[in-house]
Amino acid sequence: MTVKEIFDSMDYGPAPENAAEAFAWLVDQGDRFGHFINGQFTDAGDGFLSTNPATGETLATLTQATADDVDAAVSAARAAQGKWAALGGKGRARYLYAIARLLQKHARLFSVLETLDNGKPIRESRDIDVPLVQRHFYYHAGMAQLMDSEMPDAEPLGVCGQIVPWNFPLLMLAWKIAPAIAMGNTVVLKPAEYTSLTALLFADICRQAGLPKGVINIVTGDGAVGEMIVNHNDVNKIAFTGSTAVGRIIRRATAGSGKSLTLELGGKSPYIVFDDADIDSAVEGLVDAIWFNQGQVCCAGSRLLVQEGIADSFYAKLRARMDGLRIGNPLDKCIDVGAIVDAAQLKTISDMVAGNSDGETYQTRAQLPAEGCFYPPTLITGLSTASPLMQEEIFGPVLVSMTFRTPSEAVALANNTRYGLAATVWTENINLALDMAPKLVAGIVWINATNLFDAAAGFGGVRESGFGREGGWEGLRAYCKPTAKTKSLSPHTPVTTGKGPVDGLDRTAKLYIGGKQARPDSGYSRAVFTKNGALIAHTPIASRKDIRNAVEAARGAGSWAKTTAHLRAQILYYIGENLSARADEFAKRLNTMMGGRSGHKEVDAAIERLFTYAAWADKFDGAVHSVPIRGVALAMNEPVGVIGALCSDEAPLLGLISAMAPAIAMGNRVVLVASDPYPLSATDFYQVLDTSDVPAGVVNILTGPHADLAPTLASHMDIDAVWSFSSSDVSEVVEHESASNLKRTWVNNARSRDWFGDAGEGRQFLEAATGVKNIWVPYGE
Amino acid sequence: MQTDTQNTALKSAAQLPQALAQEPRNPGMPLDLDWVRRMQANTSAIERRAKTLPGRRSVKKEYQAAWLLRAITCIDLTTLAGDDTDARVQRLAAKARQPVRPEILAALGVDSITTGALCVYHDMIPPAVAALQGSGIPVAAVSTGFPAGLSPYHLRIAEIGESVAAGAKEIDIVISRRHVLTGNWQALYDEMAEMRAACGDAHVKAILATGELGSLRNVARASVVCMMAGADFIKTSTGKESVNATLPVSLVMIRAIRDYYERTGFRVGYKPAGGISKAKDALTYLALIKDELGNRWLRPDLFRFGASSLLGDIERQLEHYVTGNYSASYRHPMG
Repeated sequence: MTVKEIFDSMDYGPAPENAAEAFAWLVDQGDRFGHFINGQFTDAGDGFLSTNPATGETLATLTQATADDVDAAVSAARAAQGKWAALGGKGRARYLYAIARLLQKHARLFSVLETLDNGKPIRESRDIDVPLVQRHFYYHAGMAQLMDSEMPDAEPLGVCGQIVPWNFPLLMLAWKIAPAIAMGNTVVLKPAEYTSLTALLFADICRQAGLPKGVINIVTGDGAVGEMIVNHNDVNKIAFTGSTAVGRIIRRATAGSGKSLTLELGGKSPYIVFDDADIDSAVEGLVDAIWFNQGQVCCAGSRLLVQEGIADSFYAKLRARMDGLRIGNPLDKCIDVGAIVDAAQLKTISDMVAGNSDGETYQTRAQLPAEGCFYPPTLITGLSTASPLMQEEIFGPVLVSMTFRTPSEAVALANNTRYGLAATVWTENINLALDMAPKLVAGIVWINATNLFDAAAGFGGVRESGFGREGGWEGLRAYCKPTAKTKSLSPHTPVTTGKGPVDGLDRTAKLYIGGKQARPDSGYSRAVFTKNGALIAHTPIASRKDIRNAVEAARGAGSWAKTTAHLRAQILYYIGENLSARADEFAKRLNTMMGGRSGHKEVDAAIERLFTYAAWADKFDGAVHSVPIRGVALAMNEPVGVIGALCSDEAPLLGLISAMAPAIAMGNRVVLVASDPYPLSATDFYQVLDTSDVPAGVVNILTGPHADLAPTLASHMDIDAVWSFSSSDVSEVVEHESASNLKRTWVNNARSRDWFGDAGEGRQFLEAATGVKNIWVPYGE
Repeated sequence: MQTDTQNTALKSAAQLPQALAQEPRNPGMPLDLDWVRRMQANTSAIERRAKTLPGRRSVKKEYQAAWLLRAITCIDLTTLAGDDTDARVQRLAAKARQPVRPEILAALGVDSITTGALCVYHDMIPPAVAALQGSGIPVAAVSTGFPAGLSPYHLRIAEIGESVAAGAKEIDIVISRRHVLTGNWQALYDEMAEMRAACGDAHVKAILATGELGSLRNVARASVVCMMAGADFIKTSTGKESVNATLPVSLVMIRAIRDYYERTGFRVGYKPAGGISKAKDALTYLALIKDELGNRWLRPDLFRFGASSLLGDIERQLEHYVTGNYSASYRHPMG
């Protein structure tokens, strides 16, 4: 077109970013890559092609890792770990800082390579992905610097296996590697097979930074390589970002292995627009919510909920905005929507939309390139909660929508999902915004904004969006553990035979469900004997139906989470007071059951523990993160929900209270399974609860064999977390069965805990009893 | 929003704004307070959009040259200084007639272009009109006690009439900021409506002085009230406030224009003024208008830059495009 013609048409023209440097780097590497193990690139082996999804051209040949490669990488990481940890936080900080500087110095090379490999617009890789990557390393250089002084009781986990997805290849690498190495771990990372190139460039950068060999190892390949890492027995931790289906497989695969696990999985995040919102800004926000990175974003605002009165005009404005999107060559600096990562993903998206017959589908009128993996931005309105597209993650540029009438209906619809990653709320009413944020089941809430990220604010979800946080102080918990030493725990088994009858008047122990004593559904009881074989009582044998009833009662007691922390503290004090009044009786019971003389000591410790968590109830504060916006990111500690706990056998009363008290102090409801060999302290204890103003359903107590109850508890989909301190060997089954709804787990892996000492209480329990929700509130008038 | 018929008509009308008779003037409408009060503007979200816009849109090479020429045709070449004289205005008028050196235009393959208008104080209207005789370039006059708008009301209205009588085809009025700051929308509406009436056939641009309105929400509300009262253009600033045209303010005002068009079918023009001095800024503004309002607004009858030094930077960029060498300001005739 001539200048004169353009002067009339006022079209946008091509504005391509130059890719010469990126291609030159690929050529320098021979267009073929091996793995990065022990500070060196291995020779390229059999593998697969990495292609540019926008053009189909081959970028490089990559190597499929073998079991030997993974072994070599893990060995290198293992060998390097001790020295890396011993270097100290301040020593490690210098390397993280050097990496951050090098990332900055090679920013454009990383951006262009990312766009070539992934298909995302250069604007995004240049202005979002790569700056966030740098920010992550700078931020965690600081965390390494502060670790020794601020986290004196923390130590690294060891070797971390990390598996990252293709949607933000370098950014997810940064989110995984930066906190891991800052805390003194070493890493074996596998990038996604579609998008490995920036990880390999990053390896090159690590060499330039002089990072000690073996601290970071990168192996390439498909899911089979990921599986080898997950199942490798010399890996201490697995961190995975990807689909919920694969996350579930990894949860089962690592069950009982003692590996730490964090999962950042899928989402179907609600984007809620109230009628008093700045409508134009809310429409524009959707461009960044669902058309950012072609919608291939786990936290994409993919489920639009619009207040009914404004829906038609909102949709009209949205459709007009969609027509203005520019789709095309991702290297073009004037493009909004680039290429879908791969033909397989394009087919998945196309099939899902084609398979939908509900509602009304609108696609942008903007032109799509004739070649390459492109999909038009799409809006489907008029869906219902029953429509599959309203529930299933599409992972493409497809927005689905329905309307709501009231704030409470918006909350109900928003939470009507298996996922819980992020949520967006648009309203100019601060009362409404701040009321909505805690009610939305999500790890991140954005008020009048969307897809804001920063290293200082934790990112991660609840429900089937996974567990663990990446970023902020809360993200460090995923990469370190308490230094406290533990011993192996031998099983306590009930004494099953002895001589009767019960001395004195028969007292019937029952289950405690919904504030009432309940007989077991099974109709069976078991005799409890002393060590010497004296029959002291019968206790109910709870079954799966009793768990069901207890969970229903706990779920029904949700208002406990909304009571004030002051009130929860008062009730915990009151429980302590009432236990104190019956201290002698409880001490005697412990001595009788266990045959020792330490009953008084345990009762005293239990009373103190109640007082400790009464003290904590209104003091486990959240934080305001220093994120780079004019606004605040509020990190709120929210109760997990309903927690099932298999209680300790070593300290039947103290262990029970050590699980119960932090949980209810933080607003959770609990289903406690009493020590099976020594159940009577728990069944005595419900009488204390009855007299202490504990609302019905907040604490539920079951008795029975842990091995029988653990699978039902762990697989129950309305339980949000399961803890096991049992001396029965149930850690594996708990972790395995928790995959049903990907609930959080905390198991002892047959290690003991010093219930009377520091390890028996404190922040570790409070952190397990809460999840951090980051609420981003930009402000300004 | 743009039809082919309009396109053809616009091409033939080229750069002469007043020749675009086919665009009906905004007749205004009764004050709709519900609409005014529903207007929201979330500052943080608007700032984010404004901040990322330059990174989202890029115009290069021949496209950039063409866009910059378009920008020139949308400039209200302005002198609003206490020391303005006839000769000063004549020099600026000559620049308005021939804003770019002919050999540069020839190299670009474009016929002569002019700026959108020449903008002066009332007393400078006669020399401006005389100097622009036969060019088709309208003279715009700032009015109504510009810039503060606090002279006696009847004199402000009378000033409009005097300026129209002196030959101004466009009148840039200033609104009473206090009506916005006190939420007296009726008073703002009445004032604007009377000023519009006083303009007669001359087009009226309502200067909101956005830097003095306190919030973007107020900017949005003042924008719709002025359009309801019959403004042909809404304009950001006098150029005399400490904060003048910004991208966030522009976003709010053009979204209000879009709202008004969607509801009434009438297109109101937009004029950012003050603080736009770089060619790159001009491209960003044009992209903002194109994306938010559509191509129809990229014409001088619906879009103007109120600027004095912008032209010089554009001339240098155009010479760079033509020669491949970075240019110098002394190579271009000063305005």
